[in-house]
Amino acid sequence: MPTPFAPPPARLRPWLPWLSFLLPLAAWCAFSYVPFLWHPLVKITEPGSVDYLQPGALIEKAVLAEENARVLAAGGTPATGHPSNPIFLPAPHEVGLAVFKSFTTPPRRPGEPWLHQSLWHSIQIIFWGFFWSSLIGVPLGILCGVYPACSRLTEPAIDFFRYMPAPAFGALAVAILGIYDPPKIAIIFIGTFFQQVLVVAHTTRKLDPALVEAAQTLGARRLQILFKVVVPGIATDLYNDMRILLGWAWTYLIVAEYIGASSGITYFINQQAKYRIYDNVFAAILLIGLIGFLTDRVLEDLGRAFFPWKAQGRRSVLAAAFFWLRPDYVK
Amino acid sequence: MTAPLPSHRDQSPAVAARFAALRARPIVLDVDALTKSFPTSGGTHTALDRISFQVHRREFMCVLGQSGCGKSTLIRILAGLDSPSGGEVRLDGKRVSGPGPDRGMVFQGYTLFPWLCVRENVMFGLRMAGKSPFEAEAEAREWIALVGLSKFEHAYPHQLSGGMKQRVAIARALASRPRILLIDEPFGALDAQTRAHMQDHLLAIWRNVDVTILFITHDLDEAIHLADRILVLGCNPSRVAEMIEVPVPRPRSRAQWTSPEFLATYQRLQELIHPPMEPSAEKISIPRLTAAGDDVE
Repeated sequence: MPTPFAPPPARLRPWLPWLSFLLPLAAWCAFSYVPFLWHPLVKITEPGSVDYLQPGALIEKAVLAEENARVLAAGGTPATGHPSNPIFLPAPHEVGLAVFKSFTTPPRRPGEPWLHQSLWHSIQIIFWGFFWSSLIGVPLGILCGVYPACSRLTEPAIDFFRYMPAPAFGALAVAILGIYDPPKIAIIFIGTFFQQVLVVAHTTRKLDPALVEAAQTLGARRLQILFKVVVPGIATDLYNDMRILLGWAWTYLIVAEYIGASSGITYFINQQAKYRIYDNVFAAILLIGLIGFLTDRVLEDLGRAFFPWKAQGRRSVLAAAFFWLRPDYVK
Repeated sequence: MTAPLPSHRDQSPAVAARFAALRARPIVLDVDALTKSFPTSGGTHTALDRISFQVHRREFMCVLGQSGCGKSTLIRILAGLDSPSGGEVRLDGKRVSGPGPDRGMVFQGYTLFPWLCVRENVMFGLRMAGKSPFEAEAEAREWIALVGLSKFEHAYPHQLSGGMKQRVAIARALASRPRILLIDEPFGALDAQTRAHMQDHLLAIWRNVDVTILFITHDLDEAIHLADRILVLGCNPSRVAEMIEVPVPRPRSRAQWTSPEFLATYQRLQELIHPPMEPSAEKISIPRLTAAGDDVE
């Protein structure tokens, strides 16, 4: 056992983040490709004399053995096949292919959205929900952090509201806002807003009061303290809060899209499950994770460009790429 | 048998003339019966008890006291960051209420704005005073040059050493052209060499800039090396124990640290700050835990 809190060995260190993805993938591959691991079913290749079987059918091992025993006793030929997993666990290569194929396959029925259209619709729902929440939540959070009176006036009620699960407002949202996008945006808003106010207020309160005092001795007045000290002083922490809260908003997406007329990526997943194309279901779920993960990485990288004093010497790759492509922007 | 040290009150004609000139200058900061008390579970705790003193223009005054004797409370009240329970502070005859740019402050921690580079930190007060960016930038450059950091104009605070950060803090406070510069134990976290360098640097700045300095420290040598007068704060409750006119002639140098005036002042401060322990005071007896014959002294 390594000493608690000891840093990992230098040789292992760079591989750990990759392993965090490769290990689950390896487990998935093992269950999919190693025939004696799990594989509770048999995929029939030769039905033999079992009359109700067809090539490609999936049947449980025990049932097949029983049938074969019965057929053998009657003097027929037994059915043969190879071990297989249930249809809801497609192999990695099938899902990988489905990610690609689901973008290129036209929808089954005319009028249904393509996968990219479904995804774009979902992204818009998230964006607007998060946008409206931040537009009100961030200023209110800062005010609560800066003025104890504001905090006392609003935070108890917010504490009360934040325990109500956002989906509980679904029926109400549909009644008020209709069945299309507005109630979905409202659910994302409700799910994000109350947490956001509390988190931003907490971050604001953590600002070193000595910085405010230093500004006061330099002649800063009320509004100047707010905009020249508090806002830039909490900007880095606020940015990281927003990244976490954006992830939070994504977790409300599926529930929000179930409300009213099912839409976006939820609609796509439901349709594919109805058609029993589980490759596509997995592909869609993976895409949600991938979009969230990539967004966060991009925001982290941009954070280094926005807040160079917090980057600890690490440069933003995206900013570097931008200035390389547009050298005319460099001062 | 060495000759007895001269009294810390002995003043050569040159020193006496210097203090006569000092007393003739107008009073910048007038502290009148300043009291600060906090309510505690068992009554009230008096942190400052009727503190009165005057600081003259261009004077360098040190406030000396042990930890927890209300030095920081005093300077925070002078800066306007805390309000007194009694008495008042007057700056140029006007009563002080609340912080303002007429009293510059250099804090114990560095308190530079981490999101601003050195130049922007120094520009902060000038911008607050309503100066245009160009004007503020030009002025900030001069103040940065004064503390010798022109090469680090664009560096962020986290890229600077402790001594450099404190120099930026001094430049930032001076840029607002305060009537008095309040400095709260600024060099406590620095190593001995850097601290000595910073002390001389501060003296040089004080000589060349029209500013009055009130400097808080718990270091006796530092107080004697820097100050015209030393205000010694007693403890429990904090009162003015003594106001000492430092007889060490100016300009100061480290060679004076062994001069009779310096040593006499040091001894007097020592008596005031660390009074000889009374016999009744608790004596710690340490049991012997080593083998016999294992003596080190």
